[in-house]
Amino acid sequence: MTVLEARDVSKSFAGEKALSGVSLDIHRSEVHALVGENGAGKSTLMKILAGQLEADSGSVAFHGERGVAMIHQEPMTFPDLTVAENICMGREPAGRFPGTVDRRAMRREGAALLERLGSRLDPDRNMRGLSVGLMQMVEIAKALAREAEVILMDEPTSALSAHETNLLFDVVHDLTGDGVAVVYTSHKMAEIFRIADRVSVLRDGRHIATHPASELNERRLVALMVGRELEAAPAREPAAVEAGAGVGGGSEEEQGVALEVRGLSKPGKLHGIQLKVRKGEILGITGLMGSGRTALACALFGLAPAKGGEIRVNGRVVRIANPSDALSNGIAMVTEDRQASGIVPRMSVEQNLTLPSLGAVSHGPWIDGRAERKMATAQMRALSIKASSPRQEIAGLSGGNQQKVMIGRALLTNPGILILDEPTRGIDIGAKAEVHELIRKLAREGKAILMISSEMPEILALSDRIVVMRGGAISAELDPRTATQEQILEHAMPEGA
Amino acid sequence: MTEAPVLGMGLGMPSRLRRLGPRVGLAAALVLLFAALSLARPNFLTVANLINLVRQISINGILAVGVTFVLLTGGVDLSLGSLVALTGVAAASFAHPGQFPVIVPVAIGILAGAACGVLNGVVVTRGRVAPFIATLGMMTAARGLALLISEGKPVSNLRGSFTVIGSGQVWGVPVPVLVLCLVALAASVVLRKFRMGRYLYAVGGNQSAARASGVRVNRVKMFAYTLCGALAGLAGVVLAARITTGQPNAGAGYELDAIAAAVIGGTSLSGGTGGAGGTVLGALLMGVINNGLDLLNVPSYYQQIVKGVIIVGAVWMDRSRQNK
Repeated sequence: MTVLEARDVSKSFAGEKALSGVSLDIHRSEVHALVGENGAGKSTLMKILAGQLEADSGSVAFHGERGVAMIHQEPMTFPDLTVAENICMGREPAGRFPGTVDRRAMRREGAALLERLGSRLDPDRNMRGLSVGLMQMVEIAKALAREAEVILMDEPTSALSAHETNLLFDVVHDLTGDGVAVVYTSHKMAEIFRIADRVSVLRDGRHIATHPASELNERRLVALMVGRELEAAPAREPAAVEAGAGVGGGSEEEQGVALEVRGLSKPGKLHGIQLKVRKGEILGITGLMGSGRTALACALFGLAPAKGGEIRVNGRVVRIANPSDALSNGIAMVTEDRQASGIVPRMSVEQNLTLPSLGAVSHGPWIDGRAERKMATAQMRALSIKASSPRQEIAGLSGGNQQKVMIGRALLTNPGILILDEPTRGIDIGAKAEVHELIRKLAREGKAILMISSEMPEILALSDRIVVMRGGAISAELDPRTATQEQILEHAMPEGA
Repeated sequence: MTEAPVLGMGLGMPSRLRRLGPRVGLAAALVLLFAALSLARPNFLTVANLINLVRQISINGILAVGVTFVLLTGGVDLSLGSLVALTGVAAASFAHPGQFPVIVPVAIGILAGAACGVLNGVVVTRGRVAPFIATLGMMTAARGLALLISEGKPVSNLRGSFTVIGSGQVWGVPVPVLVLCLVALAASVVLRKFRMGRYLYAVGGNQSAARASGVRVNRVKMFAYTLCGALAGLAGVVLAARITTGQPNAGAGYELDAIAAAVIGGTSLSGGTGGAGGTVLGALLMGVINNGLDLLNVPSYYQQIVKGVIIVGAVWMDRSRQNK
C-alpha cells in the first residue's frame, strides 16, 4: 500500500550533489524513519517528497487524495497571529458572509487539535514569544488540521521535552492507526527504535538501505549511517573536582567556585534560584519546556536580566544588564536557537567567529585583518570546523559545523564560565560526539560549564551534578552516578501529574 | 557578505566573485551606458560634461553614502531632504560676509545635521519607534524648523569663501566632487576595516545574534543615524554654497534618490549587506542616466518615469540573480 514514492530522485545545489538516484516507498499506516548524518540529504529528500523543492531528475508520485504536510525543523509560523489562526492558516472556516472567517469555529478547531496533542496552549494567544517546542506543537496541530495522508516531520522532537515527546508519539500512533503515513527524521536512536516501523538510511545523498526496524539494532544502524562500526560512547568520567552536595552546604571551600547565584528571581519566570558552579565542573540543567532553564541562562548572560538576587563571579558580585556585561565578566553563552540568535547568516565563518572578540584583534577602531584571520583559522583548526575557507558564508555550513562555530565564538572570548543551551540540538551523531568530547575537554581545562539539555542521556553522561527545574525553581539536585532518567522525570513533571 | 576585508591567502574564489557580483553588473551597465551615450551624442564624452555630471551627483552621493549606514542596520532615514534644507539655512545664516570665519557655518551645518541624527537615533533606539515613522516625523519637523528660522525666505548674501565650497575647483576638480570622494573613501574604510563597520553589518544581518555576541546594538544604531545626519548636514552646506543661498524649500525628495542610489548599488533594505562603493556606483548610474536623457532632449517628465523604472529594474535584476 504505497502512498508516496520517489523514483531515482537527484538534486544538486550550486554544483554540489545533495541527492543522487534515491528511490523510496512510503506505505500507508507506517512510521518511516529517515536517518543519516547531517548533510546526508534527509532534509532535501523530505522537501522534495513534500513538493517544496523540485528534483533535478527522477519523479515523485503521490497515490492519495488529501495531500502531504511537512513540519519543519525550524518552525515556520506567523508570530503576530494567534495560535488558532496559525493552525487554520489557509483553510479558515468560512463565516456567514463570503470572504469572512468564522472566528469562533476557528478557535474551537484550534483548541480541539491542541487537546488531541495533549497541549494546554491557549488558542487565542499570539505566537510571538512561544518557545520553539510550543511552536512545533502548533505546527503539528496545523498538519493535523489538514488531515494530511502523509506527514513529514523533520526532527520534530529535537526541541521537545521528554513529556512532550511522549505526547507526540501517542499522536503519531493514533495517526498511523487512521491510515496516515508518518515520515520522520531524528538523531535520537532510542526514539527511532521506539516508534519506527521501517528505517531508511541515507549517506552522502545516496539511499543505502531500508529495513524493518525490528531487524535492526542501534549498532547496526549507526554502522549503516557512517559506513563503519563506531565505538560505543565513552562512559562518564569522574568529576575533575569533587562536587559536593552544593546548595545549602555553607561550609565548603569558596575558592573553586566560579559562579554563584543567590536568590535569582524574575516575576513569573524564576523564583529564588540558588546555585554554585565550580571550575572544571559541568553542571547539567534539565527540565521540561518552560521550566525556567532557558530563562535562567538568559538571566545569567544578560539577554533577559533578572529582577532580584545576586550573581557572583569568582566571589565578586557582578551586575549583568546585557550580554556585553556578561562577556566582560568572563561569562559566554551558546544560545538555544542557532538560526534566530546565533549565526549572522550573510557573514563569513571567520566574521561569525570573531564577532564578540574583535577587541582582541583591533588597534583602537581598526581591525587587524591578519590577526583576525589568524584567530579564526586557529579556532577552525582546533574545533575541526569544515568550511571551504574562513571566508565562506556560514549559512552554507551544516548544522553541526555551524554549532561548532557558535561554540568557537564563545570560547574565543576566553570565558571562565560557559553556558551551553541545548548544545547538540539538531546536529548529527558524529558532530554530537565531537561536541561532547569538546565539552569534557573544556571542563578539564578548568572552565565552569552550565549545560542545559532536554536530552537525558546527554545530561546523565556529561554532568558532574544535575539540577532539575520545574516552574521557574530548582526542584532537585541529583548525582548523575546514581540518578536515573525516571528520577529526573519525576522531579521535572508538574507536581500532582 | 559584501564588505569582507580583502586579505591575502587567495581563498574562496567563488565567494569573491559572488561578492563582486552586483558591482560587476553595475559597472557593466555604466560602461554600456557611457558607450551608447558617447555614440549618440558627441558632446557627452567631453571633460566639461563629465565634470558637470559628477558635480550633479555629488550631493545625492554624499546623502546616499550616509543613508547606506542606516540601511545596513536594517533602518531607513526619510528626513535627509529636510535636513539638507535645515542645515543649509542654518549654515547660510552664519555665512554672511565679514561675519565669521568660514569654518563656523560649515561646522554649524554639520553639527545641526548630526544633532537631528542623534534625535532620530534616540527615538529609534530608546523609543523603539520604527525608523520609518521616526524619520518621517523628523522630515516634517525639520522642514518646519528650516522655514521658521529663515522666516520662509531664502538666506542669501553669502561670502565668497563659503560659496567656493559649491562652485570652486581644486586642480580642475569641483570641490563638491572632492568632498564626495573623501566621504566615500572614509565610509568605505569604516565599513571594511573598523569594528564599528563590522557591527553595522552584524546588527543588520541578525540583531539578536549581534546582541548575544556582546555588540551594543543601540550604540551601533546611534552611530549610524548620527553619521547619516552629519553627512546630510555636509550635503546641506555644499548645496547652500552651490546655489549661494540657504533655501528652506530645498532638498524635497532627496531622501528617496539617496535610498534609490544605495539600493541600486546593492545595499539591502532589510540590512546586513551592501557598501559605500556600490552606493557611489548607484549614484553615478542615476546621474549618467539623468545627464544622458538631458542630452537626448528627453523632457523631464519622461526622465522621472525612466528613473522609476531603473530603480525597480535594478533591484529586480539583483533579486533574480540572487535566487539562482
